Amino acid sequence: MSDFKGQTLSWQIVNGAIELALHRDPCNEIGSLTLDELEKFAAALPELANGAHALIVHSTLKAGFSAGADLRELFQRGQEMEKGAALRGVREFLERIHSVMNALDAAPLTTIAAVHGVTFGGGFELALVCDIIIADRMARFCFPELRLGLIPGFGGIPRLKRDLGNAVVRDLLLTGRSFNVMKAQQIGLVSQIAAEGEALRVARATASQVGKFDRRTVAAAKAFMKPIPYEELKREIDIFCDLYSRPAVEEGLRRFVENEGVQPYLP
Amino acid sequence: MSVPTADHTLDEILNLAALHFKVPREKLTPDDDFFKTLGIDSLQALDLLTRLEHHFRIELPDYELQGVSDFRTLANRIQARL
Repeated sequence: MSDFKGQTLSWQIVNGAIELALHRDPCNEIGSLTLDELEKFAAALPELANGAHALIVHSTLKAGFSAGADLRELFQRGQEMEKGAALRGVREFLERIHSVMNALDAAPLTTIAAVHGVTFGGGFELALVCDIIIADRMARFCFPELRLGLIPGFGGIPRLKRDLGNAVVRDLLLTGRSFNVMKAQQIGLVSQIAAEGEALRVARATASQVGKFDRRTVAAAKAFMKPIPYEELKREIDIFCDLYSRPAVEEGLRRFVENEGVQPYLP
Repeated sequence: MSVPTADHTLDEILNLAALHFKVPREKLTPDDDFFKTLGIDSLQALDLLTRLEHHFRIELPDYELQGVSDFRTLANRIQARL
């Protein structure tokens, strides 16, 4: 399937690069429907990769790249199901999203996340699986999970540890603060900063550059320099599920979901 | 380079907020609740925070905004980072 138009995302090949566009209102929250469509993409990726030299992941929504996991869906499922079933459902979701993330992480072509605006939680984790992050100057990054009594569950901690110094990882996770693109570049997370609204254009120029190189060489170089921390990723799922079952998490999710004020995204 | 005064910082914040959220500058006063006056939500507040960080060339952790909803207090937070 060289192109696909779904409810939450679409893909097509543009000038030799696969462009995966996220477009689930309001801010690409990653719930069941997005997961289903990401799985379709992951299944199509091997064949798509045969005819492309790069993958660009971006969002067409003004609010940002992605606000992360669909917390409303997570909370509702927890309310509708018996605790054991809810926990099994969470584990299953995590295993499925990890499978998608791992497939993207290991893709045999250069992957580029072109981000803008809110790039939080699971959205940040989606950007982290890419080889290169290009951000426009209004991008803002955050792992807010500790505010809910959780840790990032889509592979964020092992991948952050792979890419950044541990002191920086501790700062970001333990404060749960959001930070801008200047900081992100300073710590080595973001490779290039684009003007507001220009991340995709810069990503396309970068894709064009990386397309000059032999694909087998790129695949071999990636596999060598970008190990996937499979054991830590599995452990992250276990820790997440252990934390999820606590009452404090239900309360944290309830506060977020029922917040009628204007500040749910502020700490 | 000398550090601007707190009044100057406050004035710049009000100008930037008015410009970005397309609100007449004369309608903004230092003690206004910026969520209400600008008609913004938390995502837009983060957008404003990012613009202020770029403008003042500072890093302002968003937890510093806890309980802050008026321009004057916001200016004090920024001033403390200059």
